[in-house]
Amino acid sequence: MSILLNRDTTFIVQGITGREAVNLTRECLDYGSKVVGGVTPGRKGREVHGVPVFDTVAQAVEHHGGPIDGSVVTVPPAFTKDAVFEAILNGIKLIVIVTERIPRRDVAQMVELAEIEGARIIGPNCLGLIVPDVCKMGGIGGPARDAAKSYAPGPVGVMSRSGGMTTEISSSLTQAGLGVSTAVSIGGDAIIGSAYAELMPYFEADEETQAIVIYTEPGGRMEAQLAQWVAANDSRLPIVAFMAGKFMDDEEMKGMSFGHAGTIVEGVEDTATEKIARLEAAGIRVVERIDEIPAAVKEKLAA
Amino acid sequence: MAKKLNKVFIDVEVDPSVAGDVALAAKLEEVCPVNIFKGTESGVEIVEENLDECVLCKLCLEAAPAGTVHVRKLYDGTELS
Amino acid sequence: MTIIEISSTWAFLVPPNWNLPILPPLRIGSAPLMRFYEFEARQIVELAGIPVTKYGFCKTADEARQAAEEIGGPVVIKSQVLSGGRMKAGGVKFADTPDEAAAHAEDILQLEINGQMPRGVLVDPKAEVKQEYYASVVWDGTAKKPLMLFSDMGGIDIEEVAETHPDHVGKGHVTNLMPIPDFEAKQTIAATGVTGSQLNRATPILAKLARLFRDYDMTLAEINPLAELTDGSFVALDAHMEMENEAVGRQKVLLRKQLEIAEDDTRETYEPSEFERNVAAIDAADHRGVIQGKDHGFSGNLGLVIGAGGGSLTLTDAVRSQNGRPANYSEIGGNPSVAKACGLAKEVLEKDGVEKIAVMMSIVSNTRVDIVARGVIKACLELDKDPAETIAIFRIPGAWEDEGFKILDRYGVEYCDRSVSMWEAAGRAVAKIQGEAASA
Repeated sequence: MSILLNRDTTFIVQGITGREAVNLTRECLDYGSKVVGGVTPGRKGREVHGVPVFDTVAQAVEHHGGPIDGSVVTVPPAFTKDAVFEAILNGIKLIVIVTERIPRRDVAQMVELAEIEGARIIGPNCLGLIVPDVCKMGGIGGPARDAAKSYAPGPVGVMSRSGGMTTEISSSLTQAGLGVSTAVSIGGDAIIGSAYAELMPYFEADEETQAIVIYTEPGGRMEAQLAQWVAANDSRLPIVAFMAGKFMDDEEMKGMSFGHAGTIVEGVEDTATEKIARLEAAGIRVVERIDEIPAAVKEKLAA
Repeated sequence: MAKKLNKVFIDVEVDPSVAGDVALAAKLEEVCPVNIFKGTESGVEIVEENLDECVLCKLCLEAAPAGTVHVRKLYDGTELS
Repeated sequence: MTIIEISSTWAFLVPPNWNLPILPPLRIGSAPLMRFYEFEARQIVELAGIPVTKYGFCKTADEARQAAEEIGGPVVIKSQVLSGGRMKAGGVKFADTPDEAAAHAEDILQLEINGQMPRGVLVDPKAEVKQEYYASVVWDGTAKKPLMLFSDMGGIDIEEVAETHPDHVGKGHVTNLMPIPDFEAKQTIAATGVTGSQLNRATPILAKLARLFRDYDMTLAEINPLAELTDGSFVALDAHMEMENEAVGRQKVLLRKQLEIAEDDTRETYEPSEFERNVAAIDAADHRGVIQGKDHGFSGNLGLVIGAGGGSLTLTDAVRSQNGRPANYSEIGGNPSVAKACGLAKEVLEKDGVEKIAVMMSIVSNTRVDIVARGVIKACLELDKDPAETIAIFRIPGAWEDEGFKILDRYGVEYCDRSVSMWEAAGRAVAKIQGEAASA
């Protein structure tokens, strides 16, 4: 019925008293998500939209009276690693990192610890994930009313390196009468917790998901990794991809960074042209225009 | 230097009956997230250059006695209530 | 337009036959990283405890003469610029005597290379090299770990070696969490067939390189060549370092104290344009929201006031694919103030050759449609332009769209909601600007 989240998923918000975190908490509660606590050191005893605030993750877990499934981390970059370590080592298994501008070393350390402890990181520099009409973890889709407009339940899994484009694409699938099983804003940085290929097994195991749409950009190797995964795993899921930033292939744009931190062409393999070729070689349909996505998905579903 | 326009989209008016209220002026200054009100010794002053930043949050309406603060949307002629 | 190539043997691409996908370092353009001069890279290597030859960083001819005297014997004098092609430009010269060294330094210090005056010269001995090796550490974004590379065929392009002699390139990941053990370096070197005292001498050097890469938040730490001298000792003859920009704030001890690099010495790879500087200044002056503008490589007639990150990439492509000519690239995000949206739109409108602007974003949930609408309309009004004529299309669906559409109605600006795709909106803007050009 979905990946990573379900109706019973509980989570906390680390850095809950920050401006963006307060909004995000409101949005998630309105959407029906179970936000069971918040953590901001030194602010124990407060409440944010009725959610109790604690000094430590351990206090939140104790108050909840059992394991908490997830955490949305929205603390400043210098403190993110510590916050994520704290979450992981207090038994939290799903961590959404909203914060951007975290040095790669810190991200790599968080990911390695998550691997050891069997936790999964989404992000950094992402808006989180959403299961339409069930649960939203993070700012994805915005206020509950707006999220409802863009996200209807359906058979398509969405993964996107851009938070905004996750909603744009999901909205077009919703408008076309298709809908979304789970949409994940995977993050725009050079190193992220969960790349496409790492989330594919979840979608593969989810009965409701019948097709995948990915939004991708120049920079990095995660499309090559996805192409490899698809070739090696005989996936049942057809994939439709959209590649933005083709203009960056132009000679005068070489090496410039646009959009997200991870969107920088550092070698020929990172270019849009090269990525499109790789994806297509793996049988992934790469559409030229953003508005061709719904029709391409319908075509794949009918095949 | 290109010209600067204010009061293109939003106008705010405080009723003369309460405009001299120093306590209210301070309160309005505090609640407005975009600093449209300034509390002075003689009461409330409107900061013209911030008028168009109004986010229609109605916090000023809630802070003042009913009907004493008027937020007008100049683009459709309506008033916030 | 100036695009500068950084001097590096890593002149890159990873051959597809490499089974480990790796992220090679950045070479050109506006770099989201801190670049170092060769003399600084040398200092960093030294700080990490890796042996180097005696050298001198000199700012005058006299200093160069002294350095050559201290070194003794033939020396090489190298211009210190953040640019490739030094040799070709005459920025590298050999000298047999201190006087000759001084004379060369005099010339090189006055020689501009690719628009850059040198920070000084590096005076190095002409080393007696028995064998050249290659050692580097880069990020592997797929494995999410630093990746060590080692080759016993140093001094030449590593990608060439990887292609023609893959068995001469060793690769190995570095732990992120534990102190880096020597054996990880040893394995990497041994994979190339290097053994004996060479293996034992190179191992601590590669391990130290990996440690400095991790400790100093580098995106590239490279020694090429790593030389085995005739006496059997190993020294780093040339090093190349790049640090991640996100980490500059926490590397103050290295940057400000040890290397004495000034705070404002940001080392952009090209001079930002007036437009880019102005947009950055508007962004910095107001904490509400984020705007960005670039016009490097753009010269069209359609100004783009677009967002957010991914949306901007998608929209820029959509304009170009429909034969539109963007005047710039931009990004709006994080719910900017009216003043900020207005500031960006004004800067775009004031660019040479801009006839109209297209205001477009992917569906917004944080940024408000009405606030952006106010900003762009105000920009037109303040420049005495008619918003209805100047704004080719306004396509921002999402938060507060009903309020935004009221404002746009009032000024007669053409707008659309999410039922019009980003592609179609871009197409309408292009058609409008071209239709006008055709009828003019």
